[in-house]
Amino acid sequence: MQSNRTVIRNGRVIDPSQGIDRVADLLIADGKISEITGSPLERAPDGHDVIDASGLVVAPGFIDLHTHLRDPGYEWKETLETGTQAAARGGFTTLCAMPNTDPCQDSAAVIDDVTRRAARTGAVRVLTIGAITKGRQGKNLAPMGELAEAGVIGFSDDGDPVSDPNIMRQALSYASSLGLPIINHAEERSLVRGGVMSEGEVATRLGLPGVPASAEAVMIARDIELTALTGGRLHVPHVSTAASVALIRVAKSRGLKVTAEVTPHHLSLTDSWVYGLHGEVPETVPPEAYDTNAKVNPPLRTAADVAALIEALADGTIDVIATDHAPHAATDKVCTFNEAAHGINVLETAFGQVMRLTHAGFISLPELIRRLTEHPAAILGAETGSLAKGRAADIVLLDPDAEWTVRPESFASLSRNTPLAGVTLRGRVVATVFGGNTVWDVRTAAAQTEVATS
Amino acid sequence: MTSSSTRREVQSVAGAGSSLPYAEAPAKGGAVVSHASTGLARQRHLLDIDSLSPEEITSLLDSAEGMLEVLGRDVKKTPALRGKTIVTVFYENSTRTRISFEEAGKILGADVINVSVSSSSVSKGESLYNTALTLQAMHVDALIIRHPHAGAPHFVARHVKAPVVNAGDGMHAHPTQALLDLFTLRQRLGGIAGKRVAIVGDVLYSRVARSGIIGLLRMGAQVVVCGPPTLMPYGWLPGSAPAGSWYEGLEIAESVEQALDGADAVMALRIQQERQDAGHLPDLREYSNRYGINRKRLSLAKEGALLMHPGPMNEGVEISSEVAHGAQSVIEEQVRNGVALRMAVLYALCSRGRDQAAAQERP
Repeated sequence: MQSNRTVIRNGRVIDPSQGIDRVADLLIADGKISEITGSPLERAPDGHDVIDASGLVVAPGFIDLHTHLRDPGYEWKETLETGTQAAARGGFTTLCAMPNTDPCQDSAAVIDDVTRRAARTGAVRVLTIGAITKGRQGKNLAPMGELAEAGVIGFSDDGDPVSDPNIMRQALSYASSLGLPIINHAEERSLVRGGVMSEGEVATRLGLPGVPASAEAVMIARDIELTALTGGRLHVPHVSTAASVALIRVAKSRGLKVTAEVTPHHLSLTDSWVYGLHGEVPETVPPEAYDTNAKVNPPLRTAADVAALIEALADGTIDVIATDHAPHAATDKVCTFNEAAHGINVLETAFGQVMRLTHAGFISLPELIRRLTEHPAAILGAETGSLAKGRAADIVLLDPDAEWTVRPESFASLSRNTPLAGVTLRGRVVATVFGGNTVWDVRTAAAQTEVATS
Repeated sequence: MTSSSTRREVQSVAGAGSSLPYAEAPAKGGAVVSHASTGLARQRHLLDIDSLSPEEITSLLDSAEGMLEVLGRDVKKTPALRGKTIVTVFYENSTRTRISFEEAGKILGADVINVSVSSSSVSKGESLYNTALTLQAMHVDALIIRHPHAGAPHFVARHVKAPVVNAGDGMHAHPTQALLDLFTLRQRLGGIAGKRVAIVGDVLYSRVARSGIIGLLRMGAQVVVCGPPTLMPYGWLPGSAPAGSWYEGLEIAESVEQALDGADAVMALRIQQERQDAGHLPDLREYSNRYGINRKRLSLAKEGALLMHPGPMNEGVEISSEVAHGAQSVIEEQVRNGVALRMAVLYALCSRGRDQAAAQERP
């Protein structure tokens, strides 16, 4: 049990939403932020539980606009309980559950079920994304008004694009009256054909069918024009190519309501990870090659694309870092590359991956945090992602310099599908506080029990 | 069994004529022994030709020379791999490659079991993973696998101790085809280094082309490829230098005429009807007119240049009947050489014994 008052002591408090970056104490009362002191207090105030944050960064809990929780329907891959525990370990206090569940999130009944069960078993907050079309079939609009009333924060057929331009037009137009974004999986399927990785040098060497970069850009270009036509809101998920970045940059300069996200893996890994040697390009294709854990949609791209994505994240063209956390069971990945499911297990490695950008000098730590907190909150329209007085005490404690090695076998997630196994990352989530309660603290084994019972 | 006793056994089997009950003493037996004991010294598997050094390729080709002699005997049987069990697992239909491996294994005295898996039962049936574990549990001595997915042999190699031979995986590789082509070229041209080889056709989808290009470049040949731009890998534009160290020196020709000009050998690739259906080609007639190898085009190559084809041929499409069966064609020799080359590969991989293979297993 924790008291209803907590103080987080001596941390470097970074809250981009208020322009705060100073060493201070952060006080929590009744699950809400009550104060950020001007400087650290001489001693902890009476009656407060104390969380020591000396040498650590204290920031708003991260928000993930793009999470696959697999529940209902694929509970052997992930559940609301395990997915939110993984989120807590990764510093995320708000997740947005993608609708490619079974049954899919295309009715208030399913949304209500997910919301209710997540509130009961989830370690952190779960918001929902409704389907654009019934059954995610791309044919008839889902009951968007009903879904909006049930609380969805946007609409997506994620995993599948809305291929029919007219349906996409209607979706953007209809959702605009609800003030919610359409999140269209940007992939022109007729250009993908049987492609399983990015078209290019590595695909050629490995003899794997390639997906051209333009399969994404063509769809984004279409969606931007339809956004202009309808005055709707478009959010582009998991941008992966330089060409897409250029289109989004122009759309923003036109004043269109277009936002975009990028994943930690597209910001840090290239298609050479399919060689199975952690990105190294071998002289001889080794038995380790065809690493199915590096199979993801959109596929990992070239170093030039990664550079363009980093630049776009830094200059604001891309608003948000989102995980596209896509857990898959071993059977989905222990097979040939063609047969393997798309997706990477991201929640628990995300911060360590993106800290690379800050360590390399591409983006400052406050700006990085802004793209994990304030920006996604703005897209959600939710009162989260900020340490402002009165807000829910959703807080993350970070050690930007701590090195740790990715061990998928110890993930809280039910699945292990990451190409980063054995990789050492610099930047670690030390503790996560959700609604004033500590849901993860790497420093205490007791916190792990807390996660299971909170 | 220690490695030294393995080597002794190898020598006694393949080297001493008196110990070969079913065969005469091989004329080039010494070559078989000395190179087979070192031919794939670093290799547990043959997944692609890029894992072989030029020296390893040369010693395999040398070994195949001896095997060719065995193949020419009246009684073509040696006990070199007696007691070994070789399994071919083909997830794609193939008559010639499977029979070639089967014959190679049987001539060397191995027991060869053929598992044929039609692609329809793959989707319903056992996963490749479980098939690999099952064969592993049966203590097979070598696995020869063909699969429509690139990397399937690599996947199997990660899960079994036995040597794995890639008999063709998706668009990726076909190392024994590349080796038998090198063997045929060396035999007919007296060497490979400096020779100009033109590869014409569907390079994008061709595992024969991928392994062939890498093997030829590694052995010092000049390689030029040509095909419709829709059937070339991404970025392989005429006059460009394809990315990747494997393709250093590869030429992309502007036209089939330019590709064939001065070639010592011409390799026509099989064109599949599906390419037309998928929109890569207007139709096979136009392909034949623009890229088919016929007498007129072949005359652009050096006099007496070799004409090769990995088979099976679509006569009248990528190759005219006249040249396919003409004086410059070595297509049937390729088939015969394929058996000898595969004997050399199986011998090199299997004769070292299970213990040695296990000792080299990755931790």
